[in-house]
Amino acid sequence: MTRTQELLLALLGAVLLLALAWAVPWLRFVLTVALAKSLAVFGILLLLRAGQVSFGHALYLALAAYTAAFTAMLIPEALILLPVAAIASALVGLVVGLFVVRYREIFFGMLNLALSMVFYSLLEKFYSITHGTDGMRLPPLRFAGIPLEGEFQGWVLLILAVVLALGFGALVRIYLASPMGQALAGIKTRETRLEFLGVPARRVLLAAYVLAALMAGCGGAVLAMTTRLVTPALAYWTASGELVFIAILGGAGSVFGPVIGAVAFELTRVYAAALVADAWQLILGSVLLLVILFAPGGLWGMGKALLSRRKIA
Amino acid sequence: MGAWFSENGLLVGLAALDGLSYAAAVFMVAVGLNLVFGVLRVLNIAHGSLYAIGGYSAASLGLFLSSRGLPEFLAYPALVVAAALVGALLGPPIERLLLRRMQDHEPVLQLLVTFALFMILEDLQKLLWGVQPVVSDAPVRLLGTVDIPFGADVIPFNAYQLYVLPGIALATLVGLAWFLRKTLAGRMIVAVTTDREAARAMGIDAAKVTLLTFTAGAALAALGGALASPTVSLVPGVGAQTIVLSFAVVATAGLGQIEGAAIAALLIGLGRSFAVYLEPELEVVIPYVIMLAVLLVRPQGLFGVAETRRI
Repeated sequence: MTRTQELLLALLGAVLLLALAWAVPWLRFVLTVALAKSLAVFGILLLLRAGQVSFGHALYLALAAYTAAFTAMLIPEALILLPVAAIASALVGLVVGLFVVRYREIFFGMLNLALSMVFYSLLEKFYSITHGTDGMRLPPLRFAGIPLEGEFQGWVLLILAVVLALGFGALVRIYLASPMGQALAGIKTRETRLEFLGVPARRVLLAAYVLAALMAGCGGAVLAMTTRLVTPALAYWTASGELVFIAILGGAGSVFGPVIGAVAFELTRVYAAALVADAWQLILGSVLLLVILFAPGGLWGMGKALLSRRKIA
Repeated sequence: MGAWFSENGLLVGLAALDGLSYAAAVFMVAVGLNLVFGVLRVLNIAHGSLYAIGGYSAASLGLFLSSRGLPEFLAYPALVVAAALVGALLGPPIERLLLRRMQDHEPVLQLLVTFALFMILEDLQKLLWGVQPVVSDAPVRLLGTVDIPFGADVIPFNAYQLYVLPGIALATLVGLAWFLRKTLAGRMIVAVTTDREAARAMGIDAAKVTLLTFTAGAALAALGGALASPTVSLVPGVGAQTIVLSFAVVATAGLGQIEGAAIAALLIGLGRSFAVYLEPELEVVIPYVIMLAVLLVRPQGLFGVAETRRI
């Protein structure tokens, strides 16, 4: 697929999402949440390229969401909340990253998981500050000074999420093709050889880790502004598992994967929950199993295979 | 210090006793997880669900027996029978139908298969046992309490948590260590863990060993849940809690360590229960803080062996 084709496809996808949100108004919220999560999944995609799975990436999503909630009490301005929350996530990502990039595979995954669980329990236990499992409500927000309400709020946040997804999608695409991205893939194939070439593997991974934290931070801010309620459950390890789930569901081979995966995930969740209230996890889990067993390339890989088959025929 | 101890001494004693019984249950789960990781090279996320299902099944079986008016002491064999049933019914199909098919796939996909399984089992458990807490405390009630002298005071503590839980955990530890080192079947498991290819070249049926190990690991997790079930009330989410805790134990101990897992379980179990009694806010954090501290100093875990770098 050429670069122009990819760009066209991305824009087409964005228009399609907006049209869907316009046609079915209640989907606007679901799609915004899906796109917010896809921002975090872009980070999972980067780390997967290096062969590392973080089972604690929701830490950065939750961290940004809570940062947004606390900042909103002082300045309820969306255009300030977003960068503040994203930078907070990136900074924590840098400090944590310095430590975790020394570990690989299971240990990398477990350490990230442990840190996200530490954050989760702090959120849950320090009731006087975070209101525990009840969570925190965000006050009414403004966007560039205009109060965010009703219909207007829905559209502003959805368009913001679409723009962020397009921007970060392009960034990740460029990053992966750059020498930094190539070196990232080298960590997966043979790290020692990478070091022999003089490439500091840990720093390569650290850069990706911080970028991943930053993107998850943007996702967390959008999520907090959309749901207007942040709870510790955002940081629980199953939330991180969901992010990895979305990455594989969409397909880890392309930057389209996270967005396709997140939209499919959230739509399945909404419809499954409406269909059978207590068994949406069962349905999602079965979908994931089927995808892994029969379409390891994810939904994106499946679509691409269908397209190329048609071309041959 | 002296004044503090005379004030909090009883709490310390109680925390130590509680920590011991808690560590025993966690050890059962963690050691199974460790065994399975050894032969399959997958950290089974659904392992915690097996613990939860083991607990629920044991509670249900116990309640069923007592509702039939059968003698109450049957609650003890019921614990073991329920665990064995869960292991035998769930273990082989999971290994045969899912994990074996995934063996040549990327590690990420293998891990995610067990996550999918976790999601499925979590909801099945909710569908079968509902979301209300399930309590079956006959095994604890029947044994009564023991007064443990502690300085000038006595601590009344239930005998089940004092003797049965740690006793079975200790028996598992010793039995497993003996089995793995002294019996042919055990040494086959160790061989497959160390080098699957070489073991197969020696004529070991690695597929069979994997199946049996996975089933045994599943049964151990279920047994951990069954043994813990009389001491807690079972609620949804207990599987998710248990699995991250046993991850922490396994990572702290180092992958593949049996005795190490026991020591790490003790460390984490005691640490957690001391937090429960002295600084309740830190209860959930402590296990991870211990794990992070250990991995910071020894990246391969307390007893793990560092892998040599391959070129």
